[in-house]
Amino acid sequence: MANKRHVSTTINGEPKEFLCAPHESLLEVLRDNLGLTGSKEGCNNGNCGACTVILNGRPVDSCLVLGVEVEGAEVETVEGIADRNELHPVQECFLEGAALQCGICTPGFLVASKALLEKNPDACEHTIRYNLAGNLCRCTGYDKIVRAVQDAGARMAESN
Amino acid sequence: MKPFDYASPSTIQEATALLEQHGDNAKVLAGGTDIIVQLREGLRDAEIVIDVKKIPELTALDLCSENGLTLGASTPCCDVYETPDVAAAYPALADSAHIVGGWQIQSRASVGGNLCNSSPAADTIPSLIAHNATCLIEGPSGSREVAAQDFCTAPGRNVLEAGELLVTLKLPAVSDSESSAYERFIPRNEMDIAVAGAASWIKLGDEGNIAAARIALSAVAATPQFAQEASEFLVGKAPTEENFAQAGELAKSVASPIDDMRGTVEYRVNLVGVLVKRTLATALARIQKDG
Repeated sequence: MANKRHVSTTINGEPKEFLCAPHESLLEVLRDNLGLTGSKEGCNNGNCGACTVILNGRPVDSCLVLGVEVEGAEVETVEGIADRNELHPVQECFLEGAALQCGICTPGFLVASKALLEKNPDACEHTIRYNLAGNLCRCTGYDKIVRAVQDAGARMAESN
Repeated sequence: MKPFDYASPSTIQEATALLEQHGDNAKVLAGGTDIIVQLREGLRDAEIVIDVKKIPELTALDLCSENGLTLGASTPCCDVYETPDVAAAYPALADSAHIVGGWQIQSRASVGGNLCNSSPAADTIPSLIAHNATCLIEGPSGSREVAAQDFCTAPGRNVLEAGELLVTLKLPAVSDSESSAYERFIPRNEMDIAVAGAASWIKLGDEGNIAAARIALSAVAATPQFAQEASEFLVGKAPTEENFAQAGELAKSVASPIDDMRGTVEYRVNLVGVLVKRTLATALARIQKDG
């Protein structure tokens, strides 16, 4: 039916080109086509946030974006969060605070948390819980996650 | 997902030509937060998906003191609440845009898409009705305007005919003497579908009495409802808690909800009274704060 399309985009700061069919989601393109398997497929319908990526500066569920839509866009995935060999404060704090159990939801939480802290490093517990409401964890609950994000915010403020 | 073709026209004419050519087999893509789920789950089928986000009119967000707000049909919810002038002028719309799904959804989901999806529980539609929004529609036989309160015709259905495209929403200009609010009831704190929702807009006259009011409801009928009797009751009245409560009672007359897992008929009707009263009080407090 529909031919594959050629898409030029920027992923984690690097220019990327790929071919995809119009019905393939950005999540499928990232995982199956580009080998970026950090973004996870949870619900595949926009409820769980495990596939969260930053698209043109905003967090989105990559399962609800078509691959063809990112022509000319800037995409940031969990693979782009760390600065070379140094973990991002949000990654450090998730590790140190044991803010994960099985880990499937973690990449989505990391991406959304980083996006929030870049916008609002002083985010209070209420704001964190509100902005992370689109990320679901079915293992362990949210207290450790919220604390890790608060700690990361403080660490980011210190280093600035 | 079943394969489909994709087009991203840059003009309204190209988009309506494609819609006319493909009829029911074409589906419009704005934020994709409903249509991609529906296509994936087989609830809708498409031979071609028409991405309308490259059409300048569809991504407009223009606020003008004379003409009010021109909101492109595919402009995402986050643009509404992150644009301070727009959020201040149309607080009910900002309230509702801020609770459609989670943050990831608000980055993509549009107010126009929420309207075209025509869910009875859509959060932004009562706010559009309360602000007396007009929908600008372009189609093969030219353009037409439909009031937001007349747009939805049944759950998932609306007035759009084959080949027609919702282009913009026009919200009348506002003054310092008016404000609005939207509130819904959900058993969680966020990320849920309204058990019932209400949007209220009021304008005060020089004497401090209510000069005009518009109240609209979600999730209590097959389509979002304009509560005309309750709105008209408030005109000329003092903005008191008693009158707000009475408007809430009158608004119950347009509620004809269903029993489902989210709530019973009786519960939803009761919520209408509570939410109308609360949103009127919030709208009044917002006028007083700005004034």
